[in-house]
Amino acid sequence: MKQLLLSLLFLLATSLGMAQDDFQVRGNFSVEGQYYQEDSAISAVVPDEQIALQGFGNIILTKGKFETGVRFETYVPAFVGYPAGAAWEGTGLGYRYAKYNGEKIEITVGNFYEQFGSGLILRTWEDRGLGVDYALDGIRVVARPFDGVTVKGLYGKQRFNFDDGLQNGDGIVRGADVEFHLNQLLDSVVDFKGQWFIGGSFVSKYEENRSSTFDFPENVGAGSVRLRYQRGGFQFSGEYAHISQNPTKMNSQIVNIPDTLSPSTGIFQFGQALQATTSYSQRGFGVSFTASSLANMAFQSQRGADAFDSWINYLPPTSVLQTTLLAQFYPYATQPNGETSFRSDLFYTIPKKSLLGGKYGTKIALSYTHVQAPDFPTVEGLDVNRKGIEPNLFTWGDDTYYADFNAKITKKFSKKFKASLFYMNIQYDNDVILGAYDYENVASPGKVYADLIAFEGDIKLKKGHNFRFELQALFTDQHLQDWFAVVTEYTISPHWFFSAINQYNFGNADGDKFNFPVVSAGYIDGGNRLSFSYGRQRAGVFCVGGVCRVVPASNGLTVTLTSSF
Amino acid sequence: MKTYFLFFVFLIGSIFAQGQESPIPSANVKSLNGKSFDTAQFNNDGKPMIINFWATWCSPCKKELNNIADLYADWVEETGVKLIAVSIDDARSQSRVLPYVNGSSWDYEVYIDENQDFKRAMGVNNVPHTFLVDGSGNIVYSHNNYAPGDEEELYKKILSLSNL
Repeated sequence: MKQLLLSLLFLLATSLGMAQDDFQVRGNFSVEGQYYQEDSAISAVVPDEQIALQGFGNIILTKGKFETGVRFETYVPAFVGYPAGAAWEGTGLGYRYAKYNGEKIEITVGNFYEQFGSGLILRTWEDRGLGVDYALDGIRVVARPFDGVTVKGLYGKQRFNFDDGLQNGDGIVRGADVEFHLNQLLDSVVDFKGQWFIGGSFVSKYEENRSSTFDFPENVGAGSVRLRYQRGGFQFSGEYAHISQNPTKMNSQIVNIPDTLSPSTGIFQFGQALQATTSYSQRGFGVSFTASSLANMAFQSQRGADAFDSWINYLPPTSVLQTTLLAQFYPYATQPNGETSFRSDLFYTIPKKSLLGGKYGTKIALSYTHVQAPDFPTVEGLDVNRKGIEPNLFTWGDDTYYADFNAKITKKFSKKFKASLFYMNIQYDNDVILGAYDYENVASPGKVYADLIAFEGDIKLKKGHNFRFELQALFTDQHLQDWFAVVTEYTISPHWFFSAINQYNFGNADGDKFNFPVVSAGYIDGGNRLSFSYGRQRAGVFCVGGVCRVVPASNGLTVTLTSSF
Repeated sequence: MKTYFLFFVFLIGSIFAQGQESPIPSANVKSLNGKSFDTAQFNNDGKPMIINFWATWCSPCKKELNNIADLYADWVEETGVKLIAVSIDDARSQSRVLPYVNGSSWDYEVYIDENQDFKRAMGVNNVPHTFLVDGSGNIVYSHNNYAPGDEEELYKKILSLSNL
């Protein structure tokens, strides 16, 4: 009833906004429905309801310096495998806030998303596609007292699940951040070459200790410092973070704790991380290099939180996100408990009118990522001090968790034809990452070594009509072995698209050789998009915070409507 | 029942809101040299602007911006339009933005919306999403997704603004 009233209120406010010019109304919504069919061969999951429907709608009202917004959400029920962590069920308000946006100060009360520095100790974020929402609920103040200084302070609880409305977890998160842009701040005193930024953050979480056995720290603090420098095509940025003693369910995996010592309690040890990235680029050429190391860096607002819940910080995988269909088999998941990783990237455009560049130029992109297990020295006397390890940075263990090399060449041959060739070599330790599953939804043991090659062609048929195709092959002796995929897509600009995709597990010597065909069609009108897709979806996987979640295989019809206004 | 009602509310709300012309909302993004920038300050001296949301991991986005790049010099010469490319790359891939932009020889004004505050303020569901802003700073057209040829449609809209 309360919800109904609220929505009525908003309808009223919205129409009021329409009538008055000085109000702005903006927002977006998304509705997705899926009809599930039985398909036992691929262990397709059919929920009892057989149909799942989920959606959300945001409305933001702005008047001068004041702003207020809400998000209605509905999961009746949510899709199978959605959301990532604790359940989202029913219909209600998932997010609401009021905000004052002054020149020197900005105040938000209610829900908000925030990031300090690169997010190593605080980033609350959302990804509605994956079913991730770590919004804080409380108060945030951002002040810009002088040119070149930004100060932020926040206090709140964090979204945990959704049950006919937003449900916060138990923990309380407090934080402050300051950033100085030295050039602006010291404008009259120093003549800097290049742009200098320095910053620092402090975050603390509080959670009551309800254990009679363990003396859990109720307040856990985290601090970080960062530096960023940029001059012309050169840039450097780095951040170091430290978290005080923080035993959690997540860090209990770092050492083998015997059953007699309650392994799920975790270890009483601090954590630290260092990330640095540098790049140089000029017209037609760019290189970048990233180094990162984590040791005991899981920072969640609830001590007993599962792998997808209540994350305060954000530990991005060092690997590059791949969207090529068959490359999505083996996504890397950051190991918050410890890893040492490197990545380098190169982008180059062979100039127009050169021998290899041709009439339009040729684009080349190369990338290499390597993630190694850490080698933490163990600390004796686990039963006395529960420290387990020394969380040192940039240690090099025996095991390679993940490595990939990939290269892409893109060339426009004429006004009517454009093509690209993509190659990727992947090494993937599935015992650690647990992202590769078989048809019975069981994780495949051991390492996977795979090669992938993909060719894409874009043909312009006539004005507004375009045909795109991809041929992809994945070769591996492990997991489900060899695959072949064909993607075809016909688009009529600006409204229509049609596509047909098949993924064929042709090389599976151990068992079934399944086809996964899907056909889709869609209509786009400005900011609105309606699409239908029908067919067999293979199990998908995505990874956050060190674990991968499997979206089980399914068979059926999906309808999606999104709109932004 | 409640659910149906909610969506009814949104449908009505969105149908009404879509006809509206509105200014660019305020959010903080970062320029490629690291400086904070208030999006409400985006301007092009009374000439039209394109605001395009993209990411380094989004292939249709890169296709769109690369295809426009081939035409951009002519567009600027003929209409004075400016393209602002807003990357939603987060800490994972942000370090690739500047090398990619330079490596691709783009002449756009590029910003990073690292925690998607501007994306939220603009009501963007997914990338690519392109907005056209007229000379007085009102958003007059938007298009979700990209299919080759969409840039011609966009250019028609830009021309119709420039003739006013």
